[in-house]
Amino acid sequence: MAEVSLDQIRKVYPNGFEAVKPSSFHIADGEFVVLVGPSGCGKSTLLRMIAGLEEITEGSLKIGDREVNDVDPADRDIAMVFQNYALYPHMTVKKNIAYGLKNRGTPAAEIEKKVADATALLNLGDYIDRKPSQLSGGQRQRVAMGRAIVRDPSLFLFDEPLSNLDAKLRNQMRIEIKALQRRLDVTSVYVTHDQVEAMTMADRIIVMNAGRIEQIGTPAQVYHAPASTFVASFMGAPPMNLLDAQAKGGTVRVGEIDLAPCNGTEGPVTLGIRPEDLVPDASGPLTAHVDIIEELGAHRLLHGSFGREKLTVHVGKDEDVKTGPVTLALKPGAVSLFDIETGRRI
Amino acid sequence: MTDATQLSPAAASQAGAKAAEPRRRRKPIRLSNVVDHAVLIAGALFMILPLLMIFQMSTMPDVETIKTGPSFQIGDQLGPNFEKAMFEATGFSGENTGARMLINSFILGIGFAVGKIVVGMMAAYAIVYFRLRFATLAFWMIFTTLLLPLEVRILPSYEVVQSLGMLNTYQGLIIPLIASATATFFFRQFFRSVPEELVEAARIDGAGPVKFFIDILVPLSRTMIAAMFIIMFVFGWNQYLWPTMVTTEESMFTLVRGIKQIVQVVDSNRVPEYGRANLLAIIAIIPPVFIVIFFQSWFVKGLTESDK
Repeated sequence: MAEVSLDQIRKVYPNGFEAVKPSSFHIADGEFVVLVGPSGCGKSTLLRMIAGLEEITEGSLKIGDREVNDVDPADRDIAMVFQNYALYPHMTVKKNIAYGLKNRGTPAAEIEKKVADATALLNLGDYIDRKPSQLSGGQRQRVAMGRAIVRDPSLFLFDEPLSNLDAKLRNQMRIEIKALQRRLDVTSVYVTHDQVEAMTMADRIIVMNAGRIEQIGTPAQVYHAPASTFVASFMGAPPMNLLDAQAKGGTVRVGEIDLAPCNGTEGPVTLGIRPEDLVPDASGPLTAHVDIIEELGAHRLLHGSFGREKLTVHVGKDEDVKTGPVTLALKPGAVSLFDIETGRRI
Repeated sequence: MTDATQLSPAAASQAGAKAAEPRRRRKPIRLSNVVDHAVLIAGALFMILPLLMIFQMSTMPDVETIKTGPSFQIGDQLGPNFEKAMFEATGFSGENTGARMLINSFILGIGFAVGKIVVGMMAAYAIVYFRLRFATLAFWMIFTTLLLPLEVRILPSYEVVQSLGMLNTYQGLIIPLIASATATFFFRQFFRSVPEELVEAARIDGAGPVKFFIDILVPLSRTMIAAMFIIMFVFGWNQYLWPTMVTTEESMFTLVRGIKQIVQVVDSNRVPEYGRANLLAIIAIIPPVFIVIFFQSWFVKGLTESDK
């Protein structure tokens, strides 16, 4: 168990590309932190720097109270689960799991016991003598997990571990990983590009974009109070509606319509509102034109336009909707305002 | 390939005939099938006939062979010829029996193949996995030696071997031949196809460079090693010029050069021992054939089972 702290960590590749701009954060003991962002945002690089697979250009990385910038990955007391599992194809499940222990000179009897514990925990008992090629995707994923937990590390690192699985299995493994992490209470850093994974698994989410940390917060904070228009549009499916608006005299207007109160801002702003915070209401201030209705079973999504702006509305399955004009109201307090220049939250 | 496509419809129709329709019409013979088979059979005969001819001649008394040349007759001299070929020496020292030469050829073939694989794998490992300065340059320099076969550098090589006192030794026979661009190239291509994550997982698992090589890379390469072994063993087995230069003692002769020695011994009052030489040629063919057959099945098995 350990705390992890990053202080102004920066990564510049030899060709001059700055993959990670100076980033700092602190991970508490036993916390599950998810790094999320689009591909190429530097989240994997950051994780690989924590693992020691990538050199840190600048800044200081601490695991526990030890600075590990120049420590070999094997000596950082970490375990990592890779996207393609990276199992050794010629070794059985048992040998795969035991390999790390064997290299550390653990006595055979102890290896035996630890492997047995790990395989029991992951329901792999029946597969212990199989090769990875004889296992399904989910089982391989479990073996990769087994290889990580058997070493009893102080930090788990996950590099998009679920992206090779099909959707159903992914949901199941998501819950299993989360439950396992809770049970073992090991500090974890998890990288994903899937915002659903981030929302459901994380204690805290770190949203990254273009090598920079956009926001650090709990899933609820990130969802309800996004720090920038990037976070607003990246987190949540469908994304937050972003409208060009004018703030004047204590209200925000889109076109000629007053939509929400605001304090202390004047001039053009970006107004953000989640699709589910728009509700069909005959007396509402806003009339949108619905073009397409997306049926999703539990709910529906209405895709349409409001003036020149695109708009998405989320309605329950019992709501009676049809294409054409629909009058909408905004849930009070659900509006986010962003600076039109910087995109930061006001 | 052609065989498989020819066979499968036949097999399918047989199975079909057993199951649902007991009286299914036979597939008409098509002209293209006939032509295909004719070409294949002609090719097979072209390859096998010289061998059969040599075998036939090795069963005949040498006098008959000289008189009639190859014929369709099978003689009774196979046993005596085999005896002579394997256990009777031709030279002065009496050491270059067929058995001795067979052993020498095996030592050369296996030493050559194993040496090339070991050196090639290690060179490729260095080039692919270590951030060496000029690694690419080094690789291309190794690669261009493909253009310089042994025959080009045979005099300097001989000079070096001679001054190191390695003439008439196995190491003199093998070591100058084992630096191999071919093996290095093939292993390099293979190592580059091994996923990067495997290296990283091994690093986190605490495997250093040597451990990674032995525990992971070597077992993963076993199909590649088998393929290389086939090629290199046959190549080494068939070496002629280099062994001729480096070995002068008869106890060091290899089969390939020994066969020539036998035919060369033409005494004025003796018939050349064609039967014996021909049989020795067949003996010289058998080991490479078995190596290919044995490793091929292994190689295919490895290819289909492992997933990297």
